[in-house]
Amino acid sequence: MQQKSGTAVLEARDLAGERGGRLVFAGVSFKLARGEALVLLGANGAGKTSLLRVLAGLGRVAEGVLSWEGENVAEDLLAHAARIALLGHLDALKPQLTVFETLRYEARIRGGSVDEAIAAVGLEPLAEAPVRILSAGQRRRVALARLLLGNHPLWLLDEPTVALDAAGVATLGRIVAAHRARGGMVVASSHLDLPIENARTLRLAA
Amino acid sequence: MTAWFGLVARDLALARRNAGDTLAAVAFFLLACGLFPFAVGPDPMVLARIAAGVVWVAALLAALLPLDRLVGGDYEDGTLDQLLVSGLHPAAVAVAKAAVHWLATGVPILLAAPFGAVMLALPVRAIPVLVAALALGTAVLSLLGIAGAALTLGARRGGVLLPLLILPLTIPVLIFGAAAVEAASVGLAVGPQLAMLGALLAAALPLAPLAAGIALRSAVE
Repeated sequence: MQQKSGTAVLEARDLAGERGGRLVFAGVSFKLARGEALVLLGANGAGKTSLLRVLAGLGRVAEGVLSWEGENVAEDLLAHAARIALLGHLDALKPQLTVFETLRYEARIRGGSVDEAIAAVGLEPLAEAPVRILSAGQRRRVALARLLLGNHPLWLLDEPTVALDAAGVATLGRIVAAHRARGGMVVASSHLDLPIENARTLRLAA
Repeated sequence: MTAWFGLVARDLALARRNAGDTLAAVAFFLLACGLFPFAVGPDPMVLARIAAGVVWVAALLAALLPLDRLVGGDYEDGTLDQLLVSGLHPAAVAVAKAAVHWLATGVPILLAAPFGAVMLALPVRAIPVLVAALALGTAVLSLLGIAGAALTLGARRGGVLLPLLILPLTIPVLIFGAAAVEAASVGLAVGPQLAMLGALLAAALPLAPLAAGIALRSAVE
């Protein structure tokens, strides 16, 4: 992440994505440099989630090119996966594991420090609690903690503030700001105001 | 590799917390074996004649039980998305899932197999061969199973579709597995049958995870 800011790392050119055989967005172009953030706006069904999944290498690219430092992402999805931390609609948590166990296994898969991640999202008092008993907002915090594991340059956040309380939103703002200060990039979708400063916006037409 | 073992360790921990699934598979296996004496009568000669086949079919069916939850849960709660952006190759994810299925379902059935065999009056000298053959056969089934489970992800009635897809593919395993046990029970050499089972495992080991990996990727699209 030492590269100087200003040069585009992630670039989308005329990107179109489909889901279930239907084109959900088309003609999406943007450039993202280190430290920058992009907020996706648009009505329900405008394709925000689909675009995020395409950026993650999960969705199907119908047209256009997504490139990382000039190289087509589709040619090496595995290398692209290593650059990404994804916060999806679903928290991807197992109710039987405790918060600490969840993040310890994640850290074995992705690397990173569990204790730092737990501290950063303010979950220390609940570290030994099973995910089963957590509230929706607390689960969302565990999912936020996962972003911090393994130093991925690109964060893809799908409605990150859903279920979070005011303190949770502030936490989100803090970890996103720290991530960008380290040279990380963020693409987020939301209906609400996100606690992300100096973000560019991209409006998707329904 | 650390990442792969991390995934296996997590899924094994989950399997331990959901021990009921393993118990259900073992109980199903023993019950299925135990039903045959009631159906065909208690004549030890008749039972010993069919024991090898019955134990094999019961073991395959029992191992099928937890298959649809193998990746189904991960698909529904978003874990599969996370695994596919974790940097692990999708085929490696599939191998991990198959390994966990074998350890959490295949091995317990292996341990129960001698009891099932004794209930069916299988000659005791055939039991070591039965366990060895089942060890290879259930591993093949785990690999075929993950491919089938990945292919039926998101399908309506995937749980019904899955056995229809997998069971025909297990026929070669069944033929050589039951033949090995029968040969052992009459004191013949079992090397060729076990070698064939090993060959089936060697073929399934690269092919099934590759197919499963592609299916996992297309399931999340």
